[in-house]
Amino acid sequence: MTYKTAPDTDNTSNDRLRKGWFRASRDTRRGLILLSPTMILLLLALALPIMVLIMLSFWTQTGMQPEPDFTTANYRAFFDRPIFAALLINSIENSALVAALTVILAYPAAYFVAFRVKRRKIIWLILITLPFWTSYLLRIFAWKVILGFNGVINSGLISIAFIDEPLTFLLNNRQAVIITLAHAWAAFAILPIYVSLEKIDRSLLEAAADLGESPFWRFMRVTLPLSLPGVIAAALLVFIPTVGDYVAPLLVGGNNGLMIGNLVQTQFGRGNNWPMGAAISVISMLTITGIVCGFLLLVYQLKKRLA
Amino acid sequence: MFSKRKMPFSLLGAYTLLYLAILYIPVLFLPMFSFNDSIYTAFPLQGFTLQWYQEMANNSAMLKALQNSIKLGVVVAIISTILGTMAAKAFTSYRIGYATPLKGFIAVPLVIPLIILGISLLVVFSRMGVPLSLFTIGVSHIVICVPFSMLVMISRLEGFDNGLEEAAQDLGESPWMTFWLVTFPLALPGIVASLLLCFTISFDEFLLSFFLSGDQQTLPVYIWTQLRFPAKLPNVLALGSCILLASVVVVVLAEWVRRIGVAPAENGADKT
Repeated sequence: MTYKTAPDTDNTSNDRLRKGWFRASRDTRRGLILLSPTMILLLLALALPIMVLIMLSFWTQTGMQPEPDFTTANYRAFFDRPIFAALLINSIENSALVAALTVILAYPAAYFVAFRVKRRKIIWLILITLPFWTSYLLRIFAWKVILGFNGVINSGLISIAFIDEPLTFLLNNRQAVIITLAHAWAAFAILPIYVSLEKIDRSLLEAAADLGESPFWRFMRVTLPLSLPGVIAAALLVFIPTVGDYVAPLLVGGNNGLMIGNLVQTQFGRGNNWPMGAAISVISMLTITGIVCGFLLLVYQLKKRLA
Repeated sequence: MFSKRKMPFSLLGAYTLLYLAILYIPVLFLPMFSFNDSIYTAFPLQGFTLQWYQEMANNSAMLKALQNSIKLGVVVAIISTILGTMAAKAFTSYRIGYATPLKGFIAVPLVIPLIILGISLLVVFSRMGVPLSLFTIGVSHIVICVPFSMLVMISRLEGFDNGLEEAAQDLGESPWMTFWLVTFPLALPGIVASLLLCFTISFDEFLLSFFLSGDQQTLPVYIWTQLRFPAKLPNVLALGSCILLASVVVVVLAEWVRRIGVAPAENGADKT
């Protein structure tokens, strides 16, 4: 760190400034060095694969192997077959319902832990998030055990002689998929909501109370708006991953509950048309991104109007 | 605080208890039927048996899959935690331009549908001629574990006094020794928590493993293949119960370790 040109008199302040700048840039460099392995990994194992997937979606496959090409045939094929688009719309509707359901059901529980529990909050939080860390596959499968033809509900109702024959409308439909997914993702929704509620400055609520707001309006005007970021995060954290879910539709959805993830898997598996599968994935990704951006824009507009 | 006019405790509290019950009850049917002396998961219960657990213990394919999952989980946890800790350190101790978008980029695996990540990697590996194995699964698991590890480590390292490191350096310690003597011990609970969480994620992950596994199955992939055969169901239930129990132990341990030495924030806030 020698600074040769610095004379001992008039340049000291400049010198200090430069040293400060140098130090800052050294800090930045160290930070970037620490960050680089993760960045390289994610560029190679996340960004690059998605680029390749996009590229592949413009290829063709007639024989066993995908062939390099540049055609929009796969995309046209997607829109030529109404069932594909219908499946995507179904998946989006399912996931939107799942997201809404999880958020609405999680909110009061998060509110309870954030505002009513005074001691040992951590025990409540662990209790609520614990099921999320246990096997996803088993949480989904549990619903098959419950709703199945010989499942808990049917055999239970038969054994108390409430029904004579198993109810068949429980399993293998969209409702089953929605219930199962909402249950499997519940814990994922509660955490962001809880964190945003916990962050709310309690003095704001006291102020509102002092100004004579009723508890209901205090909630509507202070608590709810301030917890909105958590609600939005929770909704997105549930909505985005569930659109592509593959397990729940297959285990509890039957033929009527299939989702876009199953279609993608078929193209990469039995269908053996990878470019088509890639095109369906790209379309799904773009649709999800579009919906998320639209949703965020809507929230932003609403906020501006209210402010 | 608002004791005069708040909603009755019992209503919200009762709701939360009900919510918890609904979270747990479906999952608890698995252990219940795993002790049931019947291959059907139906009422009425037929009697208590440990038969399914005995069969499970002698199932070599399952034990092989278990071994694979543990190996994979350990390696994934270690690599993800090293990467996650370095990234967290970069964000908490150094001023980096574009920190928010960079953080956002690392968090992308949290919000991308796993099926998209799975098939993208499948395409790349197959174009590059990399045979599917535990290695390919491991790469995908590290991608989804690093953001979790980073978030755990950021919450541990935030509010961590950089002055301690500077003091050590001023007292003449080398950067490496500073890390060993100051940074590492303070970060240790976070590191252990991150290791345990990454292990759990990898151990339970199904979708990526399903797309990226070759001959070497992980435990969830093995379970998936067994779900097709009704006669194998009780074995799956027994196995599932063991997995549930192990996951619970690991997560509680992780949460407990993570909180060691974290001063409780005001009004008990824990930023998870």
